[in-house]
Amino acid sequence: MRPFEYSRAADVASAVGAGRAGARYLAGGTNLVDLMRLGVETPDRVVDVGRLGLDEVTETDGGGVRIGAGVRMSDLAAHPLILERYPVVSQALLAGASGQLRNMATIGGNLLQRTRCVYFQDVSKPCNKRAPGSGCPAIEGEHRGLAILGHSDACVATHPSDLAVALAALDAIVQLAGGRTVAMPGLHRLPGDDPSRDTVLEPGDLIVGIELPPPLSGPQRYRKVRDRASFAFALVSVAAAVDGSDVRLALGGVAHVPWRCFTAEEALRGGASFEQAADAELADARPLRDNGFKLTLARNLLVRTLDDLTHT
Amino acid sequence: MELTLRVNGTLYELDVDPRVTLLDLLREQLGLTGSKKGCDHGQCGACTVLAGGRRIVACLALAVSYDGASVTTIEGLEDHPLQRAFVEHDAFQCGYCTPGQLMSAIGYLAEGGTADPDAIREGMSGNLCRCGAYVNIVAAIGEVA
Repeated sequence: MRPFEYSRAADVASAVGAGRAGARYLAGGTNLVDLMRLGVETPDRVVDVGRLGLDEVTETDGGGVRIGAGVRMSDLAAHPLILERYPVVSQALLAGASGQLRNMATIGGNLLQRTRCVYFQDVSKPCNKRAPGSGCPAIEGEHRGLAILGHSDACVATHPSDLAVALAALDAIVQLAGGRTVAMPGLHRLPGDDPSRDTVLEPGDLIVGIELPPPLSGPQRYRKVRDRASFAFALVSVAAAVDGSDVRLALGGVAHVPWRCFTAEEALRGGASFEQAADAELADARPLRDNGFKLTLARNLLVRTLDDLTHT
Repeated sequence: MELTLRVNGTLYELDVDPRVTLLDLLREQLGLTGSKKGCDHGQCGACTVLAGGRRIVACLALAVSYDGASVTTIEGLEDHPLQRAFVEHDAFQCGYCTPGQLMSAIGYLAEGGTADPDAIREGMSGNLCRCGAYVNIVAAIGEVA
């Protein structure tokens, strides 16, 4: 691991003051420490934001819930307010990682974790996300788990977070130090010709919390399909939440971003069947050589989940 | 950097490079080699220890960020019911993953984990056993739960 200067921030202001370009914020460390050991991340300064007191889950005046960025995945998944009002969030959290990792990883860090594309994690290989302009071996190489929607000639990586998919479906608000906010699913960006940027955040931006809007009225479900029953990233996942006659939908494992299904939602409002809505959402999908199965999987997952939620 | 750590009840005042992980600190500086280095990427669970009573993978923990923490390793157990259950159920073969399995199982039970075999398999999915002793590991944990 490259040498770095370590500092522990005592408060948000000093964290942001130290968090310039070339620095990385350290929270749970479950992704960052691994990437530093692999040589993928080479910060010259690591700012520990683990003791900023951002570890509370509280009700907001507007009827929603505010989650501190430093809350651990396991704590949020088990929190009564989340279990009762936002079950899709708890289900998504428990579908990810392992018991040990969920005790370490934080909510803010979860959203900022990097892709698990094998070329991104291997510094001996080209990768436009890690080394801009070096190329993308995944397009012709190992891409079974990668994107079918919204990818570019520069990058076909997927975002690995389950939580982000649930937050995208719920219109969660990401709160940054200094008062700026970003509405999900707008935190993450498509790769375009600059896949080095996963999100719209600038160097030094620090996530301090997540605000969930007031709970929706209907049932919710996070459903994840993967190669083994536990401790694996999604091939395809779906977060679905019913609100009266409306449905919120987002897909995971299919794109560089948690993929909010605005097209399918609109089609359903217009009276489309579940199958028609899924087909409309996936009409622009461009599967790669070895991941065409994700198209069928995404369609079936959307239809089946909608079916389950509306015939309970 | 200076670091204070309580490990298995003993207080240590240490001076560590910020790159040192909790796992390497335990093994190389404190001589507590019960916690194993398997994958060193947080995927196998062989390095599982308790920090503040909660199970974590020590290979992904920078030691400096655990300043002031209280850590329990396999050396800190004394005739724990899970240890006896592992022996009675023959829940290991080579034994390399066993310290991590035990510490993770303690964490699992502390989290309210039940004796349901499916729940044990899900709750213990962060611990790999290359010998494939899973059936007996599940039985051993189920007996203590």
